[in-house]
Amino acid sequence: MAEQSPPSGLRKSYQTEAIRLLKRLQELRRLPALTGTNYSEEIKRIQERLESLRNRSDSAVAWEAVQLARHQDRPQTLDYIAHMIPDFLELHGDRLHGDDGAVVAGLGTLNGRRIALIGHQKGHSLKERQERSFGMARPEGYRKAMRVARLAEKFGLPVVTLVDTPGAYPGRDAEEGGQAGAIANSIRVFSVLRVPTVAVVIGEGGSGGALALAVADRVFMLENAVYSVISPEGCAALLWRDAAEAPRAAEALRLTAADLYELGLIDQIIPEPAGGAHNDHRATAKRVMRQVHLALAELERLGVEERLRLRREKYLRMGRYTIASPK
Amino acid sequence: MARYVTVQVTRKEPPTGAAPAEHCKKCQLPLSKEGLEQSWQVCPHCGYHYPLRAALRLALLADSGSVTFIGEELRPTDPLEFFDLRPYTERLAEAQLETGLTEALVAARCSIAGRPVALGVMDFGFMGGSMGSVVGERFHRLARLAVEEAMPLVVVASSGGARMQEGLLSLMQMAKTVAAAEIVSEAGLPYIAILTHPTTGGVFASFATVADLILAEPGAVMQFAGTRVIEQTTREKLPPDFGSSEKQLVHGQIDLVVDRRELKARLTQCLDLLVGGRVADAGGGEAGG
Ligand SMILES: [Zn+2]
Repeated sequence: MAEQSPPSGLRKSYQTEAIRLLKRLQELRRLPALTGTNYSEEIKRIQERLESLRNRSDSAVAWEAVQLARHQDRPQTLDYIAHMIPDFLELHGDRLHGDDGAVVAGLGTLNGRRIALIGHQKGHSLKERQERSFGMARPEGYRKAMRVARLAEKFGLPVVTLVDTPGAYPGRDAEEGGQAGAIANSIRVFSVLRVPTVAVVIGEGGSGGALALAVADRVFMLENAVYSVISPEGCAALLWRDAAEAPRAAEALRLTAADLYELGLIDQIIPEPAGGAHNDHRATAKRVMRQVHLALAELERLGVEERLRLRREKYLRMGRYTIASPK
Repeated sequence: MARYVTVQVTRKEPPTGAAPAEHCKKCQLPLSKEGLEQSWQVCPHCGYHYPLRAALRLALLADSGSVTFIGEELRPTDPLEFFDLRPYTERLAEAQLETGLTEALVAARCSIAGRPVALGVMDFGFMGGSMGSVVGERFHRLARLAVEEAMPLVVVASSGGARMQEGLLSLMQMAKTVAAAEIVSEAGLPYIAILTHPTTGGVFASFATVADLILAEPGAVMQFAGTRVIEQTTREKLPPDFGSSEKQLVHGQIDLVVDRRELKARLTQCLDLLVGGRVADAGGGEAGG
């Protein structure tokens, strides 16, 4: 049977993804038909993805990911908790000012391992979305995250963060309450936390408000999640002076999981169920938590100092520049 | 594909640091170019702080003849092949030509009142002082140098935020600079941030706010989110002095508001009180008087 070739005319990151998918397809076809194992669904999914890559321009691929990442029915932090952490104990408050519903934090057991879990919660219904400010955290949200992270550190619990926010809350109260300092300090706390840390961008990784919860030993992204320095709409308004150019901005920003994996800014892409994570919360949660579990097991084998050194070096290495030759 | 070999540049007035018109835009009193230069671009009548270019900021703070540039060989590149209405490479070339700088952060080893200091100065004129990979790496090298030579780290911020054209790489400079500042902190060395107009977005929410002491110039605006975004999201009209140094001081976000003409003296005092080092000078003094 003639094998499909990688689609031409696509940017390199999608080419790379297509090649990876083709390899996996070949692997699956070579596998013996074991009893009780059915690969046909995965094969079908890969074929669909390849077809979608083949038929779309770069900007359409990126824009489609933005839409899926923002999908209202996409699983959120509380959905992952519901499926994977039966004994979850939510903790509240930053001990300074208030309790921010845009950030959920607490303790629980994942695959037999006690962890602390912290994540953005956008909300599904309009009422919940309003109550949680659409997942846009205020300083008290980041301070709650820091407090629970420090609590976890004290008791030797690994910390898992789930990232899903349009960005930090843009409001007068948030600014006056020290939004910038809260984000900076959250980044600092997570960069020196002595326990293993894994961050998963499960939906929208919006700028500094996302990064505040996304500094970790391992950073994963769901296949259709996006992670960006600015929203495509914001970028389009500033650079194209037209928010309608958002799809083009989405492409230019290289915000998809495939792009960011290629840029070396994330460690792994977690595949989603066919059509997107919103189609099957349980399956998505299982995939995410399995990867988190594997990563934590690996991280726990490292000594504390080694883990901290590697985390710090990873962030200190980030950036692309050239060196001018001396005159 | 070979992209944008020709670089077309239209010369414009430098976006900041240019002498204002003959009258102060705040108090309307007459201003001379020479008078402004003598007072470090501060209106001698009303104290309004005009933007100060990086070179002048170095001259203001560093002892004369003490500056050695650090990481000057680091140059921005175009990792995303970013193209909006114009290619990133063209915007960079224009910024370099207009400012005479290679990036938005100038890093230097220098002395301030005789004390060796690792000093970083941002220039808003270079693409709005936005933070890309080179800004992050120069900050990192400056922090390492501070630790290697046991010097304080002092950084003057002025930034519109992240460098969009470097995508997530620019967001990661927030994590990088915070990690670099932490190295200085772990070595027990002081890190002082001086926030000048404007300090916003990713710079405000990273290295600018993890310093031991945060100083700001009068009237400087510090915000994480932009005014337009805040007003659109919350439908609340912001007061005209929102985010200003004076307001940030009231809200407990900064330590001091310092007039530029006293900045070197105040900075020196901060360092003296934190780590000593000029005990002999302070000795007799007026302590007993
Ligand atoms: Zn004046």
